[in-house]
Amino acid sequence: MITFRGGVHPPAHKGLTDELALDDAAPPAVVRVPLQQHIGAPAKPVVEKGAAVKLGQTIAEPGGFVSVPHHAPVSGTVKAIKEYPHASGRALLAIEIENDGQDTPADELEPMPDWRAVPVEALRDRVRAAGIVGLGGAAFPTHVKLSPPKDKPIHTVIINGAECEPYLTCDYRLMIETPDAVLVGADIVRRCVGAERVIVGIEDNKPRAVEMMERNARDLDKVEIAAVHTKYPQGSELQLIRAVAGAELPKSKLPMEAGVVVQNVGTALAIYEAVVGGKPLVDRAVTVTGPGVVSPRNLRVRLGTLCNELIEQAGGMTPDVGRVIMGGPMMGLAMPGADVPCMKSTSGLLLLLRHDLVSYELNPCIRCGKCETHCPAGLATARIGLAVELGNIERAEALAVLECIECGCCSYVCPARRPMTQLMRVGKSKVLKERARRKIGA
Amino acid sequence: MLSVSSSPHVRAREDAGRIMRDVIIALVPALVASYFFFGIAGIMLTAIACIAALATEIALLAWRGRKVDHAAVYSALVTAVLMTFCVSPLVPWWMVVVGAVVAIGIGKHAFGGLGHNIFNPALVGRAFLMSAYMVPMTTWKLPDGISGATPLAHMKIGAYDKLPSLWHLALGDIGGCIGETSAILLLAGAAYLLVRRVITWHVPVAYLGALAVFVWIFGGTTKGGAGLDVHVFNGLGPMNLGAIPVHLLAGGVILGACFMATDYVSSPMTPKGMIIFGVGCGILTGVIRIFGGYPEGTSYAILLMNMTVPLIDRATMPRLFGARRLMKKKGAA
Ligand code: SF4
Ligand code: SF4
Repeated sequence: MITFRGGVHPPAHKGLTDELALDDAAPPAVVRVPLQQHIGAPAKPVVEKGAAVKLGQTIAEPGGFVSVPHHAPVSGTVKAIKEYPHASGRALLAIEIENDGQDTPADELEPMPDWRAVPVEALRDRVRAAGIVGLGGAAFPTHVKLSPPKDKPIHTVIINGAECEPYLTCDYRLMIETPDAVLVGADIVRRCVGAERVIVGIEDNKPRAVEMMERNARDLDKVEIAAVHTKYPQGSELQLIRAVAGAELPKSKLPMEAGVVVQNVGTALAIYEAVVGGKPLVDRAVTVTGPGVVSPRNLRVRLGTLCNELIEQAGGMTPDVGRVIMGGPMMGLAMPGADVPCMKSTSGLLLLLRHDLVSYELNPCIRCGKCETHCPAGLATARIGLAVELGNIERAEALAVLECIECGCCSYVCPARRPMTQLMRVGKSKVLKERARRKIGA
Repeated sequence: MLSVSSSPHVRAREDAGRIMRDVIIALVPALVASYFFFGIAGIMLTAIACIAALATEIALLAWRGRKVDHAAVYSALVTAVLMTFCVSPLVPWWMVVVGAVVAIGIGKHAFGGLGHNIFNPALVGRAFLMSAYMVPMTTWKLPDGISGATPLAHMKIGAYDKLPSLWHLALGDIGGCIGETSAILLLAGAAYLLVRRVITWHVPVAYLGALAVFVWIFGGTTKGGAGLDVHVFNGLGPMNLGAIPVHLLAGGVILGACFMATDYVSSPMTPKGMIIFGVGCGILTGVIRIFGGYPEGTSYAILLMNMTVPLIDRATMPRLFGARRLMKKKGAA
């Protein structure tokens, strides 16, 4: 089987939740919708304090092309627009809505059941109007990906069902519970970008998902289900493209350069719901899991629900929780607290115990080479790490530190427990700063 | 209290301490075997060297104001064991103390401590002892109690009829250094390290493979208890496969290829680099054994190749993802 070089095999821990169907989480009494939920410009609020809003009503408009609107996840009253703790650790503006419990629909978007007859532009506009971003974690506005320039013909849509992060199972559940909707979403994407075929890449440790998707794809033309090698980070865009389409792209190139567009399973479902059902992105699937959760669950969550409340709905925390992570253990964000609203990019909440926590230190490198042989980006990781440590930013740049995809494999394997990924991040930001400085100087 | 730190939040179980501990575990069978071949001396000497190496490590770390961590402690132990493994069981106890102090002090800390040493510290210690105390370092004890020459020394002077059989070479009840004689037990230890992913196959296979090819081409010498063909010559000659097992099993080459040339710090980092390094070690070992003045060549071969590691590392960068096969379209496929 074709796969990529490097990568690691962390224990999957999917058994905690993979047999649990997605349940609707109880809608919270108050939601807090952060304005910054995606890569690109934050959205701008279009409602004021005291305004009555309906479920799905636009409450914030895109702040630029690479930006999307946000919608009210509940019906009720806008209580405030103020700073609130954000997953990033900073306090950022959020719209606070008090839930009236009615879920009165706004019906802003007309359903398009016969979407095949709708012009492609209208489909793209719909995807944007519905506030859809990549739900795999990167949160890149989806309509941008659906608008490839004319000179970059797209031949393949890849649906990312790899879900390679340990612990997370919400994409798996979507593939099992709503495979047909995911496939229609994929077909809409295919039509938007003018591609010939769709390939769904699923890690081969999820045979049931492969089977369900295959069964539903049977009558569809030009849809392939590809079981890909189980190896982290198989779900990273570049690695998945390598595995299913054979094209090896550097990070500095966009997938469309290889004629490929990649969309996550959850994003495909959101596209289906937005186009066929006229439903804006107001909820998403979240896996609440880990040894620090009393009864792990897969939940369909209104955006803006506090992580605390989700943890409560999963039976609460065990007393020895040491870290709350938004996302998976390899790339997720450790949060100072769980008093933070769920966002469009929140694929999971992972609670790890204190005694399982990892600490990295600036120990000397013992030159074992493991970080380099496991780096999926093919970087001379150990040497870049050393260069960054010594402040030799030029060398780090020459060694292509910017190609690092921050997957975490190097830190994962380093027997000296060096914070390699962290060093890469520092190196990248210093190189970018240096480049900006050079530009201004020139 | 929640702790916040950069991802990833999980890690592989292997850490430096555990890796070094695995190396020690892998060496224990050969040490136990030495007890049966040479008596308690080898074990005593190893223990003494360990204490000396540890004391030196801790003292130097303290003096340099560094913290004493698992990795440093375990790696000092590995150095001590490996150094003792390549001295004769007849050396006096103080000699291994000198060797251990030199190995840790000069081989390791003079270069900046763990991670910075260019040479394998154990081999630095051994090389020092070799040059300072040549005679005790090359006086051997045979398992039957009398002292005598090692198989490689027999090979060197053409005394092929004195060579032990391949079986004895593999088992190790022959003359030689404390831990190098039992090829079988060393290979078992190496297999353990391979399974535990402490080492990869690249260095040992390249090393032993290159040595085999080299002696096949240049040193077809076999004779004696092995009951093999008698083609007696030393130097250029017809290609004689029989030379290969003798050269691989005798002397310290298996110890060197599996436990010393694989030392992380003083060997290359990428698989490609490891293969180049291993091949270099194999050829140099062959050159020294067949054309050089010493019967054995393992330590000097590895030390010489250690010097080339920065060069090899520079020449064998990993291949950047996307650097080749960029844009290979598979649209129609
Ligand atoms: S984080 Fe960067 S350097 Fe480390 S393994 Fe991933 S891509 Fe390579
Ligand atoms: S994994 Fe760690 S110790 Fe090994 S080469 Fe990389 S940085 Fe050095």
